[in-house]
Amino acid sequence: MAALAEEQTEVAVKLEPEGPPALLPPQAGDGAGEGGGGTTNNGPNGGGGNIAASSSAGGDGGTPKPTVAVSAVAPAGAAPVSAAAPEAGAPHDRQTLLAVLQFLRQSNLREAEEALRREARLLEEAVAGSGAPGEADGASAEAASTLLSRVTASAPGPAAPDPPGSGASGAAAVPVLATGPAAPGKVGSVAVEDQPDVSAVLSAYNQQGDPTMYEEYYSGLKHFIECSLDCHRAELSQLFYPLFVHMYLELVYNQHENEAKSFFEKFHGDQECYYQDDLRVLSSLTKKEHMKGNETMLDFRTSKFVLRISRDSYQLLKRHLQEKQNNQIWNIVQEHLYIDIFDGMPRSKQQIDAMVGSLAGEAKREANKSKVFFGLLKEPEIEVPLDDEDEEGENEEGKPKKKKPKKDSIGSKSKKQDPNAPPQNRIPLPELKDSDKLDKIMNMKETTKRVRLGPDCLPSICFYTFLNAYQGLTAVDVTDDSSLIAGGFADSTVRVWSVTPKKLRSVKQAADLSLIDKESDDVLERIMDEKTASELKILYGHSGPVYGASFSPDRNYLLSSSEDGTVRLWSLQTFTCLVGYKGHNYPVWDTQFSPYGYYFVSGGHDRVARLWATDHYQPLRIFAGHLADVNCTRFHPNSNYVATGSADRTVRLWDVLNGNCVRIFTGHKGPIHSLTFSPNGRFLATGATDGRVLLWDIGHGLMVGELKGHTDTVCSLRFSRDGEILASGSMDNTVRLWDAVKAFEDLETDDFTTATGHINLPENSQELLLGTYMTKSTPVVHLHFTRRNLVLAAGAYSPQ
Amino acid sequence: MAEEKKLKLSNTVLPSESMKVVAESMGIAQIQEETCQLLTDEVSYRIKEIAQDALKFMHMGKRQKLTTSDIDYALKLKNVEPLYGFHAQEFIPFRFASGGGRELYFYEEKEVDLSDIINTPLPRVPLDVCLKAHWLSIEGCQPAIPENPPPAPKEQQKAEATEPLKSAKPGQEEDGPLKGKGKEKKAPPLLEGAPLRLKPRSIHELSVEQQLYYKEITEACVGSCEAKRAEALQSIATDPGLYQMLPRFSTFISEGVRVNVVQNNLALLIYLMRMVKALMDNPTLYLEKYVHELIPAVMTCIVSRQLCLRPDVDNHWALRDFAARLVAQICKHFSTTTNNIQSRITKTFTKSWVDEKTPWTTRYGSIAGLAELGHDVIKTLILPRLQQEGERIRGVLDGPVLSNIDRIGADHVQSLLLKHCAPVLAKLRPPPDNQDAYRAEFGSLGPLLCSHVVKARAQAALQAQQVNRTTLTITQPRPTLTLSQAPQPGPRTPGLLKVPGSIALPVQTLVSARAAAPPQPSPPPTKFIVMSSSSASSTQQVLSLSTSAPGSGSTTTSPVTTTVPSVQPIVKLVSTATTAPPSTAPSGPGSVQKYIVVSLPPTGEGKGGPASHPSPAPPQSSAPSPLGASALCGGKPEAGESPPPVPGTPKANGSQPPGSGSPQPAP
Repeated sequence: MAALAEEQTEVAVKLEPEGPPALLPPQAGDGAGEGGGGTTNNGPNGGGGNIAASSSAGGDGGTPKPTVAVSAVAPAGAAPVSAAAPEAGAPHDRQTLLAVLQFLRQSNLREAEEALRREARLLEEAVAGSGAPGEADGASAEAASTLLSRVTASAPGPAAPDPPGSGASGAAAVPVLATGPAAPGKVGSVAVEDQPDVSAVLSAYNQQGDPTMYEEYYSGLKHFIECSLDCHRAELSQLFYPLFVHMYLELVYNQHENEAKSFFEKFHGDQECYYQDDLRVLSSLTKKEHMKGNETMLDFRTSKFVLRISRDSYQLLKRHLQEKQNNQIWNIVQEHLYIDIFDGMPRSKQQIDAMVGSLAGEAKREANKSKVFFGLLKEPEIEVPLDDEDEEGENEEGKPKKKKPKKDSIGSKSKKQDPNAPPQNRIPLPELKDSDKLDKIMNMKETTKRVRLGPDCLPSICFYTFLNAYQGLTAVDVTDDSSLIAGGFADSTVRVWSVTPKKLRSVKQAADLSLIDKESDDVLERIMDEKTASELKILYGHSGPVYGASFSPDRNYLLSSSEDGTVRLWSLQTFTCLVGYKGHNYPVWDTQFSPYGYYFVSGGHDRVARLWATDHYQPLRIFAGHLADVNCTRFHPNSNYVATGSADRTVRLWDVLNGNCVRIFTGHKGPIHSLTFSPNGRFLATGATDGRVLLWDIGHGLMVGELKGHTDTVCSLRFSRDGEILASGSMDNTVRLWDAVKAFEDLETDDFTTATGHINLPENSQELLLGTYMTKSTPVVHLHFTRRNLVLAAGAYSPQ
Repeated sequence: MAEEKKLKLSNTVLPSESMKVVAESMGIAQIQEETCQLLTDEVSYRIKEIAQDALKFMHMGKRQKLTTSDIDYALKLKNVEPLYGFHAQEFIPFRFASGGGRELYFYEEKEVDLSDIINTPLPRVPLDVCLKAHWLSIEGCQPAIPENPPPAPKEQQKAEATEPLKSAKPGQEEDGPLKGKGKEKKAPPLLEGAPLRLKPRSIHELSVEQQLYYKEITEACVGSCEAKRAEALQSIATDPGLYQMLPRFSTFISEGVRVNVVQNNLALLIYLMRMVKALMDNPTLYLEKYVHELIPAVMTCIVSRQLCLRPDVDNHWALRDFAARLVAQICKHFSTTTNNIQSRITKTFTKSWVDEKTPWTTRYGSIAGLAELGHDVIKTLILPRLQQEGERIRGVLDGPVLSNIDRIGADHVQSLLLKHCAPVLAKLRPPPDNQDAYRAEFGSLGPLLCSHVVKARAQAALQAQQVNRTTLTITQPRPTLTLSQAPQPGPRTPGLLKVPGSIALPVQTLVSARAAAPPQPSPPPTKFIVMSSSSASSTQQVLSLSTSAPGSGSTTTSPVTTTVPSVQPIVKLVSTATTAPPSTAPSGPGSVQKYIVVSLPPTGEGKGGPASHPSPAPPQSSAPSPLGASALCGGKPEAGESPPPVPGTPKANGSQPPGSGSPQPAP
């Protein structure tokens, strides 16, 4: 696991320079390039997050191993490792500490293991001690200890000197008996190459039951559940799917093909329809040999299916299974399921239906407990130049408005530090350049002319249709000021259009540039080559369909991600490729610039999202944890968090600071294809292939709404600039507008709901639908609100 | 939990024969059955795996269709060499063939002559991607511009008309692919204090553009410039998105008729009727809501006592014929068992016909209206009254000259009756036509009827022979049908459609089977259904072909261009026909066959005048075409056959999706 290695490295690197970790501004480029993460991380707690994330990561077998991590390990952190495990032959290949521990344990090198463990803990403590004073959020000590506990929890050896209580860090009330044996296998499987370890993973299936009894077991349980009280039935019904899957896999693994087939035939119809896609995969798995290397299978196996069940229902189930002496099922429940027990009323069928559907069940409750700073950062002080500008403007125009300064002062007042906002320097952000300030001023001016939207004042929609796009349009982005549109195409090209009269010009050749008088006022104009002016520029460089495109906020750069596994950074001054960021190795489905520039995030088929900085060729963070492709990635408006939507039907929110997964949202019934944050940062809207849009409260970690209406994949989502309207575009060729204000008002976020995560969704989302606009035959690939709240939509006309 | 969904997870595997075939092609002759089985399992699994990965690429590529490149990328994921050379979007070069009990797919490789390729002109360069902006919505309203889809599809208009509460947000009733356990509580939405959605006022506000359009169109329709009118009618007949103006058009027509009947302005009445016709031809309009306004207007034009200033000179008969056909078309389209339009109209006609004091003009209109409703109506309502009517006609024609107008009227009624009744009689009565028998049965009209029936039979026989001889040249009938029908209302088509119908029996069954789809409410006996359904299908043809037909309808262009698209099916029809007619046509005892054969002559006879219409089609098919035209052409040149508007095609293109506006690259 690359993430793990890197963070580990970072911890080690931190040790060497004594003193508080300096929050180096990104531009400083302090040469700590090998570590990558070292530049922006201000605490060692990052390690914990990533270890945790990676340990829950599924069959990420294909993740490439960044060479840089190896080099970083060598000088500092890996010294004891390589010393302790020379037998490993090539210790650099075992990049993760955990993997090494695992290996040591397996090889019965107890001493070495213990030494390493002690070493690791010492490291943590040292870093915790040194890092705490410099910590911005002051949580580092705690974080460090949790890190430790996680490390130990996920690799408990027989002689592990566990700190008391850390082994069962999370779910105390849960039958964690199986955690011990299961976890190492898991880690091992991800850390090392696929083939040998799959069998290790699968060995848990080795228990031999009478294959002919499986159907009986299952139908017995089914009968029991269907006969139980209504209030329990809905909850216990959640068991059907995971049990079905695991029993089937067990049968297949033990090579009872015919039994497996008949078992599948008999019971697959009982499963909820949103599991259909997984069942399809499952149905093709009929041989033990197939199980090797099948990713979906690994997901089932390596990640415990999480069920949320009330204590009463659980007791009922337990009693039943014990009475019946049904060990087969009881084993599966213990080994492959994670039952999150809560006290209180069992949930209703509806409540359950709203939350389930993901590949690995619901999110654990504690997964969504950590605090998220969802507030917006304070806008930098640029009032002074603004006022100047205004005065100038007034002088020119003949002082039309007196209100403006007032408004601005109000605006600056309201920009007082939001209690929910992260500390301003939690993530080092690039300094504003003069041009950025000018742009901000422009933005503010436009803001004053913004249309106030509402149910009675719907925005106009301007649709940009890509004609003759026979090769296939796969990605679109529009600059924040709506002056440029970029399209990524399946023929590997990226095309940039100017939609304003201002044509696209590139900078002159170096020879010509040297002739320019650098002192002149219009030097920026002079460097542009008039001969190159055109409305369209085509960027060639990728070697596969371009699935993601994103403009930098300052409009100087464009990012594109492609099937060829690279993310490319293009200059919009020269219209050439500047950097190709390699790391994903598999198709990169999406990429996006941070709202403050400099950072960007990408996500792809390798199931991880990566955080990059434009001046580092290695990722700064790897967000691992999804069990399937990361389809879409979005930055939180305050740039401190990244949301990812995945084909495992979950949405995760990651902390950029430490790489932790801070929210897991389940409830979608299909792969997620679009994400957007509300402008105030409080809410998240996600759209999936099932045509539904779900709304989430980030602070509370709850689903707060469901918008039904689309009949096909929701490809694009966007809030209006003030957050009153949510626009959604879909493959069903429609743009729909939803009343976001109404959707988010009077949310029942009482303590109980927050504590239990039981949600009651409003019944009817139709009242929230403000408008539906059909295109002729154009899937809506992208939506954008201009600064004045005009909707720009884009898509390629596809004749049927 | 119990799922009603049709989740079908079939565990399909490739047949093991395929493995054998593949092995053979690799040069492995003998392969064990067991090996085959193992291979099949493995290959099936791998193929499924790849297909599932390929789906992912399809989704991310924002397409609905899996392409070969998706498979390639999926293979790449697995580190397998992609299959090069299958990059076409549409074309997949596998062909299926079966024969001799074997089915196989093969890779089609044609031998191509290199010089052919070299000598062909270069194809046009494909157009580059371009960006086009349009307004999808302006402050919440979707403008009705060509780039946007028609504002309300017919189904939605219908839903709005019939279920106002439900239709406000079309397309959202479906609840996504979720299973509906939780939906049960949704039943009483009205009780939960939700604001009751009232039916929107059906008169919509028109945008400025729409107002301008409405003004232009109505002015052109009743103006003096025939070219403009043709264009306007074409627009009404084809443009989508007119539904908002429909109430206004409807009012315009009904008010227009009201005023112009009083003023006896024949020309304007004809124009208005042509507007009705155009509205009915528009496939995107849901006219049901306005039929109540249109029917009285049309009926007025059929049975009004006076429609023109000089009834003795002006050819108001043509208008009556035209309107009668319109009414028949309305009946066919809109009559249901609940609204009983047809029976109500029939009653009205009968009542005014039966009345002794009805003037000849109204009488003519009533009969024409009834006659257009189909053979069954003629049989049951007109034939029994032939004798009585004949007496009345004779009374006028032979009696003392009362007024010239009456004479003319009686004359027209007579020829009308002969025209319509002869085909029916020819079908009903066995061949030996005896003057006396006819006289006995039909009174004074008998002899004339008899001669008409004989003529009808003769012509039908002749036609059948010609059909036999010139099997391939007869490929014209369909195009010419549309030629004559496009500008003229459809109801005459029963007579016309029999040209293809008479060719072969199987054709007719085929036609009627196809026509089962359109609403066909008429309960009468089977024969009538066959008849009317075939005519219904003919109107369908008009709709579908009218876009291409008008181009050649201007009669100077070569017929080849128009017939080309339709030649294919017709050749087929004829080829089946070549076997059928010789046995059935001459004797003609089979009821259907007979009816077909007999029905032909009147089409030739009815036209009366010479085939002045310069139709490019062969004689036997050109005969019907002037029939429709001459009815209106005769008296009223400017109201006659509207020259099919040349701008029709561009117009149609204009309303096409944005992409089609730009020329397609020639692949």
